Amino acid sequence: MASVIPRKEEKLLDVKIGELPSWILTQDFTPNGIAGAFQRGYYQYYNKYVSVKKGSFTGLSTVLAAYMLFNYCCSYKEFEHEWPRKYH
Amino acid sequence: MNENLFTPFTIPMMLGIPITTLIIMFPTMLFPTPNQLINNRMITIQQWLTKLTSKQLMNTHNPKGQTWSLMFISLFLFITFTNLLGMLPHSFTPTAQLSMNLGMAIPLWAGTVVMGFRNKTKISLAHLLPLGTPTFLIPMLVMIETISLFIQPLALAVRLTANITAGHLLLHLIGSATLALVNISLFTALITFTILTLLTILEFAVALIQAYVFTLLVSLYLQDNT
Repeated sequence: MASVIPRKEEKLLDVKIGELPSWILTQDFTPNGIAGAFQRGYYQYYNKYVSVKKGSFTGLSTVLAAYMLFNYCCSYKEFEHEWPRKYH
Repeated sequence: MNENLFTPFTIPMMLGIPITTLIIMFPTMLFPTPNQLINNRMITIQQWLTKLTSKQLMNTHNPKGQTWSLMFISLFLFITFTNLLGMLPHSFTPTAQLSMNLGMAIPLWAGTVVMGFRNKTKISLAHLLPLGTPTFLIPMLVMIETISLFIQPLALAVRLTANITAGHLLLHLIGSATLALVNISLFTALITFTILTLLTILEFAVALIQAYVFTLLVSLYLQDNT
């Protein structure tokens, strides 16, 4: 099914999985484009969860949890042999 | 066990590329710019805290020294939040690397010293000799004071590095000791766990205090030389 709005302006979370390859091809991969994508993503999250009238700690703690998960993934190799096991 | 102790302090890599710069820039994402008179709760809290710390830090300086307030506040906020983010499990603390702390300490200290020598040459040179020393001690004392002047940036950097690194190491060691003791003797493991809790509280305090001490000392060096 083709979507109604032009492909380039659709947000990533609204793209259907079948249309993902064509969405990726319409995206701008120059450094300016990537910086713009990060800026848009930051402000999308910020305006939805942080800069609301009764923002709570959840907006910040989700970011910290995602940061922790990212660091876990990056350093997985270093502690995968430290899991509690009978024989190391 | 020997190699695992220091792996949290290695440069974080993602697909073979060091991502240290990204991690250093991460705390800036937590400080959005205020763009209205009355902002959302997060920005309001940050503004209140910033005003509180800037008044506390800068009220002892003369107007010339207060031109450094932006520098000091950014330094303080950067060190505080980098240390606090390093308390999260598995995260990398940039301020535990001596290279980075030397990069912060040497330019700041050199800035204050050069400013003092340029604007008040006689008084800066006079600082090298305490008041009321006997005449025959003067040459030795000038040498000692010069050495203590040049040690200041080293001390600033090493103090921050050593405190953060030692704290993290202690937490790792006592944490793994607790895990190892659980199968051997539960009571000892509980005692070790209490020690771990207390240490964690201490580490949070140290993260804040170290930032304060760093900034305070640089501001003291500035006061001497303004």
